[in-house]
Amino acid sequence: MNLAIHGLVQRFTDPRSATQTTVLDGLDLVTGTIQALVLIGPSGGGKSTLLRILAGLDVPTAGTVAFDGAPLPRDEEGLIGYRRTVGTVFQAYNLFPHLTAMQNLLLPLVHVHGLSEAEADDRVREPLDRFGLAAHAHKRPAELSGGQKQRVAILRALVVRPQRLFLDEPTSALDPEMTGEVLDMIGELKAAGTQFVLVTHEMGFARRVADEIAFIADGECPALAPPGEFFAVCREPRVVSFLERVHSA
Amino acid sequence: MRRWLAHLIVLALLAAACGWACASLDMTWNWGIIWEYRQAFWKGWWTTLGLALAALLASSLIGLAAAVMLRSRFAIVEAVARVYVELIRGTPLLVQLLVGWYVVAAALHVGTGYRTAVGVLVLAMFSGAYMAEIFRGGLDAIPKAQVDSARAIGLTRWQAFRLVIFPQAVRIVLPAVAGQLVSLIKDSSLLSVLSIGEFTFAARNVNSATYSTLESYLPLAVGYLALTLPLSALSRWLERRFRYEAA
Repeated sequence: MNLAIHGLVQRFTDPRSATQTTVLDGLDLVTGTIQALVLIGPSGGGKSTLLRILAGLDVPTAGTVAFDGAPLPRDEEGLIGYRRTVGTVFQAYNLFPHLTAMQNLLLPLVHVHGLSEAEADDRVREPLDRFGLAAHAHKRPAELSGGQKQRVAILRALVVRPQRLFLDEPTSALDPEMTGEVLDMIGELKAAGTQFVLVTHEMGFARRVADEIAFIADGECPALAPPGEFFAVCREPRVVSFLERVHSA
Repeated sequence: MRRWLAHLIVLALLAAACGWACASLDMTWNWGIIWEYRQAFWKGWWTTLGLALAALLASSLIGLAAAVMLRSRFAIVEAVARVYVELIRGTPLLVQLLVGWYVVAAALHVGTGYRTAVGVLVLAMFSGAYMAEIFRGGLDAIPKAQVDSARAIGLTRWQAFRLVIFPQAVRIVLPAVAGQLVSLIKDSSLLSVLSIGEFTFAARNVNSATYSTLESYLPLAVGYLALTLPLSALSRWLERRFRYEAA
């Protein structure tokens, strides 16, 4: 994919106090042709806000975003259509708690993509097996571990065969062991050729999986580079101080 | 095991206290004449059951609609629902029934044949205001992340409500709705002021025919308990049943 962002601004207005917060402040970001883009940076710097715009969940105040030359729609109708071509996974609470893992996987296939129950069932069997989730298919989310929940959530985003995935800190609510199982799954997707944009605090994983790393801070993108270059030679002061803090933690 | 025994002991003590009170008042009971009116009680009891079920159905629909309106982005829609809820919850059902029949229904030239229908409608409006707040609480309890997830997989707003939000909200509110139904059944006794032939109206008639006040009204208490106790039990069971699904 080629991602091109120009002058992206996102402002939120508090409806009660009418005060404005600028989360993205004229952000520019143009990638090469890559498979995996990883967004890193300090909390509150605008990573998640940017990802929500990329995933078609929020409309920016100003600016343009285009994947492979195709600009994102701005109207709700167009955005619904766009969201059906991509997959998004959040930090937590992705799964619908009143449905089993299986029903969670079937819901978008049947109600959004028009498959019959039997077709949908066929499509999810193999990936459930491959990612070691078949034994948990008939459990509700409350009966699954945090790592299992996130893996089912990623699977739900995958089985609709999206053009690309958006993953917003998919492991930040998990303990280290479960983090490992979710990162392994994302690593497998990378190997299988899946395109994705990932927000993460796992620097080691970012280095391993990213084709390019974008550093997002203060609503801007002051640094964008392949991982080797990014970690070795990046001299942007905000990146240097961020990496120092991460490494000393 | 211990729990039901405790309940039994409390009930036995209560019965003993009532027996002592009656004995000390030196009352003479006249149950024989009440037995002759058993058909009136029976008919009234079934009428109450039917009225309550009809009002429950109507008030659920009214309550759900009002709850959705309470959450509306449009100030005027929210205001309509808010005024309805506060006005109804802040005034006695007795007044609402009298105004509903003698003012609103009369102004609309509703025939006497629709007396029961109007009574049920007013009762449903009354209960619906409480249902609205119950449903609104249930809808508010669904985390925003669920709405995000529903949108992220490409559901339309209506699909998200129907497939994701509503089924979860229903599970949350069911115990409270069952509790509201208990209130609704007792509140339906006020329909007797419109001379609707339900359970309380039957007891009032028996009382005026026999002058045996307690003998007329005690069966009333038992009859309402027969409806409300199972509902209370259902409400508690639902609460336990759906607790595990949280998170």
